Amino acid sequence: MTRTKTMLAAFAVGLLTSTAALAGDVRIMWYSDGVEGEVLKDLVDRFMKDNPDIKVTIDNVSYSVVREQLPVQLEAGDGPDIARVTNLKALSKHWLDLRPLVADAAYWDKNFGDQADWMRPDGTNQISGFMTQITLTGGFANKTLFDQAGVAIPGKDATWDDWAKAAKQVAESQQVPFPMALDRSGHRITAPDLAFGANYIGADGKPAPLDDGSKAFISKFIGWIEDGTMSKDVWVSAAGSTYRAGADDFINGQVAFYYSGSWQVPNFSTKIGSNFDWVATGSPCGSANCTGMPGGAGLVAIKYTKNPKDVAKVMDYLASEAVVKEFSERTLFLPAHKGVIEKGLDFKTDDAQAKAALGIFVTASTGLSDLARKLPGWAWSDTIYGALVTRVSQAAAGEMTLDEAYTRIDADIAAKVKDSAL
Amino acid sequence: MADVSRQTSQSQSGQSLGDIAMVPVRLAMGVIDAPLRWVQKTFGLGGMAAFFLLPNMLIFGIFVLLPFFINFAYSMTGGTALFLSDRSFVGADQYTRLFDCSNYLNPNTCAEDTFWTAVSNTGWFVILQVTLMIGVSLVTALILNRDLRARSFWRAVFFFPVLLSPVVVGLIWKWILQRQGLLNFGLFGFGFEPHVWLNDRNWAFAATIGVSIWAHMGFYTLIILAGLQAIPRDLYEAAEMDGTRAMRVFTRITLPLLMPNLLVVIVLVLIRAVQIFDEVYVLTGGGPGTSTLFVTQYIYETGFAAQLRNPGLAAAASILMGLVLVVLTLMQLGLSRSSEKKGARK
Repeated sequence: MTRTKTMLAAFAVGLLTSTAALAGDVRIMWYSDGVEGEVLKDLVDRFMKDNPDIKVTIDNVSYSVVREQLPVQLEAGDGPDIARVTNLKALSKHWLDLRPLVADAAYWDKNFGDQADWMRPDGTNQISGFMTQITLTGGFANKTLFDQAGVAIPGKDATWDDWAKAAKQVAESQQVPFPMALDRSGHRITAPDLAFGANYIGADGKPAPLDDGSKAFISKFIGWIEDGTMSKDVWVSAAGSTYRAGADDFINGQVAFYYSGSWQVPNFSTKIGSNFDWVATGSPCGSANCTGMPGGAGLVAIKYTKNPKDVAKVMDYLASEAVVKEFSERTLFLPAHKGVIEKGLDFKTDDAQAKAALGIFVTASTGLSDLARKLPGWAWSDTIYGALVTRVSQAAAGEMTLDEAYTRIDADIAAKVKDSAL
Repeated sequence: MADVSRQTSQSQSGQSLGDIAMVPVRLAMGVIDAPLRWVQKTFGLGGMAAFFLLPNMLIFGIFVLLPFFINFAYSMTGGTALFLSDRSFVGADQYTRLFDCSNYLNPNTCAEDTFWTAVSNTGWFVILQVTLMIGVSLVTALILNRDLRARSFWRAVFFFPVLLSPVVVGLIWKWILQRQGLLNFGLFGFGFEPHVWLNDRNWAFAATIGVSIWAHMGFYTLIILAGLQAIPRDLYEAAEMDGTRAMRVFTRITLPLLMPNLLVVIVLVLIRAVQIFDEVYVLTGGGPGTSTLFVTQYIYETGFAAQLRNPGLAAAASILMGLVLVVLTLMQLGLSRSSEKKGARK
């Protein structure tokens, strides 16, 4: 009997240990826009050489996996130990508080404190992680097409209308299919919305109904899609809130002006190469201001990890000044680390266009509206982005009128607010 | 079982190679003989059937019935939490929300307009795709049943797409149909104006039907072909001797005798059509707008992909979809039983 019990106990222990993470195992879920996956691997390999007791595994996944599958894993109390995420605030209840675990919490507060609120639950002083890059939305012009068409590239304070007019002239002259393109993303369309005076946040801190500022740009946007000024392809290429970028069309020389963001710089530098000249333009102006939308991806620790101490050690390493500096210089990403920014960066590229573009984005980051700075840390941003993408693309496809789209956006957001209160 | 055991223990002389090969089988049978005897003794002869069915029933219960009941429980709850214990009971609210419509034929009058758009799209898809799939598969099977040169090669050609993963199917056709795809390249080469097929509501919808037929018809053709080959040749020879016209042979011999196979094909195609998702998701993503958004994608988007998920609403929609599939299956059972009865009377 005793022997049977012993065998059963051994079996149970074996079963338990086979499903649990091994001590020293740290799994990172990572997506890449450009070369950052390779840079991370290089950095992590060095870490493992110095810390042979910790095994770091990088799971390279597509961005859609992070957006669609990671939240479900987290809700189930599962997932990786560390993840690179963009919807940082909405998922903040799943992040691990690193404050008691990191070697020097003051270092984290000093260097990453400005964005700490973007990724922690409201009302806490949690250290959830750090931004691997700060991004800013902005435009890119195909300079070669503009030059060939003999059309001057609109200046710093040019409006969206100025850009639409110029891009249309270029497209007609150079026989390219799209004068302008804008990513199918709520975050992206929010920048011009804000430039036209939109306010998303109501007096009670919950989403406000769609206002005249948002309607002013959305109506303009749909008008441009209807008359062929704006690429229809990107926006009607999916249903729901699925993300679609227009970057490939720009890289293939099919778009005169493309509105996306700073994270495209390394992508363009690699893929466009010397095929044509391109420039970053900053954000076009609306009737209220010329703001872009800040954002970025953060590396966060997940509270369901079995190895929080090892996770903190990896995070400490990746957030260290030398590593952040090297990562930013090699990936051409704008860092969030205050110390690194103050000491300056030497981006590792021979591409003068990429260097100039990064400079434009750094300059543009000083001209953000207050609301633009606030939205990344607001819990309802993603809800509004989702409703905007879903309904604006239906209006773009001709399935509903603009007024119907506005009504649906408000109704969708109200339903989500109600659902989340249950 | 006891006989097998006795045979195994008997000493045999002059064994053939086949007998030698059977030795391990007989040994194995001998090993399981004792426990089976115990089962028979304990549960009785009737209980043996239940005993053998148990593993299957367990798998069915755990992977089909249990998820169904869990799904039903989810459909009665609200909120965005994933665990049932964290969700609040809302009764039939999710169903009420799905059915909150002033005119079911106009999705824009419904609270959940995208659900009804998906229902309408799925309805049209089922009608058109099932009709075309049966027709094309039948014609292909009839052709492949003839004495063609390289008949096996042609059968393989039509069956090949069935082996492809739906994602691969979607990607192949996306590369063909997109703005700078192969089709437009060809059209441009021949002096025609290129067209953005996947941005055009009607063409995109037609593409989903065409692609799904291309991808799956090989399988249904094979089932029909098997049915055609089972029809006795002497019936055709008799018809030929009587000078019966080809169309009459088809309607009076081929079609009636093929009906059991066709029924199976109809039901399989119907169920698959209602569940359409993977290749369409890759090909069009449900666009342009929502013109190729089908019910399964709506469920996926609502429950898993939306920026604020609603598992309760997705569960309610999937329960409704499940009910439709149950009705279709019952219809198939009814039809096949009535055709069996007719066959028996004849």
